[in-house]
This record gives sequence, C-alpha cells and structure tokens, in this order.
Amino acid sequence: MAQKGTLAVKKGLAQMLKGGVIMDVTTPEQAKIAEEAGACAVMALERVPADIRAAGGVARMADPTVILRIMDAVTIPVMAKCRIGHFVEAQILESLGVDYIDESEVLTPADEKYHVNKHAFNVPFVCGARNLGEALRRIGEGAAMIRTKGEPGTGNVVEAVRHMRQVMDDIRWLKGLPKEELMTAAKDLQAPYELVLEVAKTGRLPVVNFSAGGIATPADAALMMQLGADGNFVGSGIFKSSDPMARAKAIVAATTYFDDPKVLAEVSRDLGDAMTGVDIKTLAPEERMQERGW
Amino acid sequence: MAGKKVIGVLALQGAFVEHQAALRRCKAEAIRVRSKEDVKAIDGLIIPGGESTTIGRLLVDYDLGDSIIERSRAGMPVFGTCAGMIVMAKEIPGSDQYSLGLMDISARRNAFGRQVDSFEAYLDVKGQAKKIKGVFIRAPYVDRVWGETEVLSVYDGKVVMARENNLLVSSFHPELTPDLTVHKYFLGML
Repeated sequence: MAQKGTLAVKKGLAQMLKGGVIMDVTTPEQAKIAEEAGACAVMALERVPADIRAAGGVARMADPTVILRIMDAVTIPVMAKCRIGHFVEAQILESLGVDYIDESEVLTPADEKYHVNKHAFNVPFVCGARNLGEALRRIGEGAAMIRTKGEPGTGNVVEAVRHMRQVMDDIRWLKGLPKEELMTAAKDLQAPYELVLEVAKTGRLPVVNFSAGGIATPADAALMMQLGADGNFVGSGIFKSSDPMARAKAIVAATTYFDDPKVLAEVSRDLGDAMTGVDIKTLAPEERMQERGW
Repeated sequence: MAGKKVIGVLALQGAFVEHQAALRRCKAEAIRVRSKEDVKAIDGLIIPGGESTTIGRLLVDYDLGDSIIERSRAGMPVFGTCAGMIVMAKEIPGSDQYSLGLMDISARRNAFGRQVDSFEAYLDVKGQAKKIKGVFIRAPYVDRVWGETEVLSVYDGKVVMARENNLLVSSFHPELTPDLTVHKYFLGML
C-alpha cells in the first residue's frame, strides 16, 4: 500500500530542491519568469517582503486566488506562507494543494508562544531559524526543511550570513562534545535531546537547510552556498531589481557554480541595478522580522 | 580505460549528493559533473532528481547537453531518477522544455500529482527477488515506451522503471533509501 505524508517524502522534496533557488513571486507572470530563469520552486505571495515592510499593518496568508493562479501558471513546486502559529491558515494552504508551507516570520505572528504542530499535516513545512536550537525546535515540531532567517526585505545579506554562520558554528561545537555533555547542551540549546544526539553524530542538520533573508546578487547567493547553505530563497531581490529575468538567471547559475569565481564573474556582469538595500542598524527593534519565532 | 571506473553525477541542481553517497556505499568512485570537461572524464552518468526545468536550463546555458548526448550515443550508461527521467525522455507530453531526448520513452511530469500525493510503496522489479522500496516525490511516470525499451517495474498500472540498452530510468528515488539494489544494477551496466 502507498503511504503518503511520510517524513521521507516530506524531507525528500526539500532534498530535490537542493542546489536551487526558490523565488518570491506575486503574479502568474512573475512565476513564469522565475520558472523560465531556472527557479526550482516559487513562493506565492501577495506582496514581497520589502513591500510588506513598507506597507506595515498586519501581514497575513495570501488570498487563495493569488496562490491558485500561480499554481496553474507553472509546473515547478509552489510554496506559500502562513503566519507563525496560525494552523488554520496552514489547513487552508494544505487544502489548496500547495507543495510546501512556510511558517514565516515575514507575516505577522498569530501566536506569540506556540508554532504550528507540523506533524499533523501531510504537506511539508519549512521554518526559519537563527541558530541550531531554534532549527531543532522547529524540526521537533515537524518541519521538514529549515531556512536561516536573515532579515527579509532588506537586500542586505549581513543577517543571512550571521545566521548561517551561527547554525554551522553550533553544529561544529556540538560535534566536538563528549557524549556526557550532550544532555546539558540540549538544555542550553533548548532543543530536543534526540535531535541533539543525531546532529552530534552526523555533523549536519537532519533536514535540508536553505539560506534566506537579504540575498540580492549572484555573489550573495554564492557566499551563502560557500558558508554551507543547501540552496537559496530569494525574496525581494529579484522582482525589486531593474532586470528580474537576467538577475534570476544569474542567481540560479551562481547557486550551482558557487565555488567557481570565473562563472560568478561572468554572470555578475550587466545585471542593471540591484534592489536598494537597507542598513540593518536603521531598523527599529520592532521592525526586525527575525525576532519573530520562539 | 585502465583502473577503476568513474561514475559522474550531474550536479547542476537536485539530490546529487545522495547519489554520490549511494555510489560510494557500493564502493564505486563518484564525481560531480558540472562541465563539458567533467563529461569526458566519466564512464557512466547519473542524472538526479531535482527540477527538470532547472536542470534543463543549466544544461543549455552551460553547454553540457551535446556532450552528454554524444557520450550516451557512443554507449556510455546513463541513469535518470525522477527529474532525470524527464531530462532523458524523447517525449514529454504537454511540455516544450529542453530534454536530452536520449531514450525511447514518453515521460509525463508530476503524473502522480502534487506534493500532497507523494508516497512510498514497495515495488516488484524485473529480475530482483526482493521488493524494492520506492520513494515517489511529485513523481513522473512513463506513459509509453517504444523501440528497444524494456519495462522493469510497474506500480498501480504505471511504468515506473525502464531500460533501453545503456539507458536506465526510474520515477522513484533509490538514493533516498539505504537499499543499494538499483545502484548496483546500474553499476552492472558498465
């Protein structure tokens, strides 16, 4: 008998996305550009993070019509975002047939204490994390894929770098610990002990880990790959730039040839203007999306 | 060629690391393939799962397609899993995307449905005594074969594994399970 919604098929789709770029899109036309440029999946949104930031107010799950039109437009996987803890938005997204749900700090959290119980769903979830403890808590709740958070909608890669380095440093640290120290490590990380044991043994996260939050250029994408990302989410960086098709293709190539500076130099040429970046230091504490999630 | 045979895994996008790991567990030498020069250095090639449109885009932009076609026509074994099956097919119904067009099959994309329909199931494979666990992720199936293509496995009435001389395809992902049967079968084609 066929078994659906198993951990192997949930984690498996993320494994198929590796080495690829997942692009934020808001219309079927943008989705087609992303697919044509070589995106391995798209994130269907009403607004990209830079516009969510500018608009203010409460950001919620997209209108199902927007998501369904994007699903109709492309053959690659379509992801969509629900608010942190908003399991009914997640139920709605699952019923639409989206391929992955992003329980995302880009939207305004619906619950300031609890995340969605992701084991209860057949559709897989990706969640944001800034460090290993946060990643393992999300995996403990059933996330089948992790992305480091960065600071969405800024076009500034500095927070993405900080979070990827933190996760990788935490893993290297854990790997070096003797077994009797792992329970206390789990306590310090606020992470499930069984997952801490697994990471200490294997030296890697039990699920795929993409980078996100501020990637705007091919060099940014390659930097995140060299730091250990399995692939890249690019939100505002593509459709807030002056030539989305050229930039999207270049970021796809840079994610594949991340360790080949000749290719990186070639694809970085003549891309027009990148999105205008934001200095993280100018953001008020309440404007920092990365602080959302517990 | 003297010495140990080298298997390339096309490393443009997708689950290439998992295939390399499976090959190494079979004691085979596995290298990443991302350039024309890499294609010259191998004795067999695996095209992994991933997104077939992404892999196709990069095969065209980085000019790898023709060298793979040339080697395969000269007899080099090629094994495609999932997206790799699509990339190897001569026909892809309802799509005008790039394919290498190596094998006499028609491969239908996402034919078992979207991710919520992805599944695991045990399969009978021709010539194998034991059933094999197949992990199917937004999987395609073969809806028509012709010429010398031989059907190796059928699930729910759909062809999920087939071979044409030096070419092998599967809808499912043997690289995601510990069972090395399918990789060993492919290595036997060298």
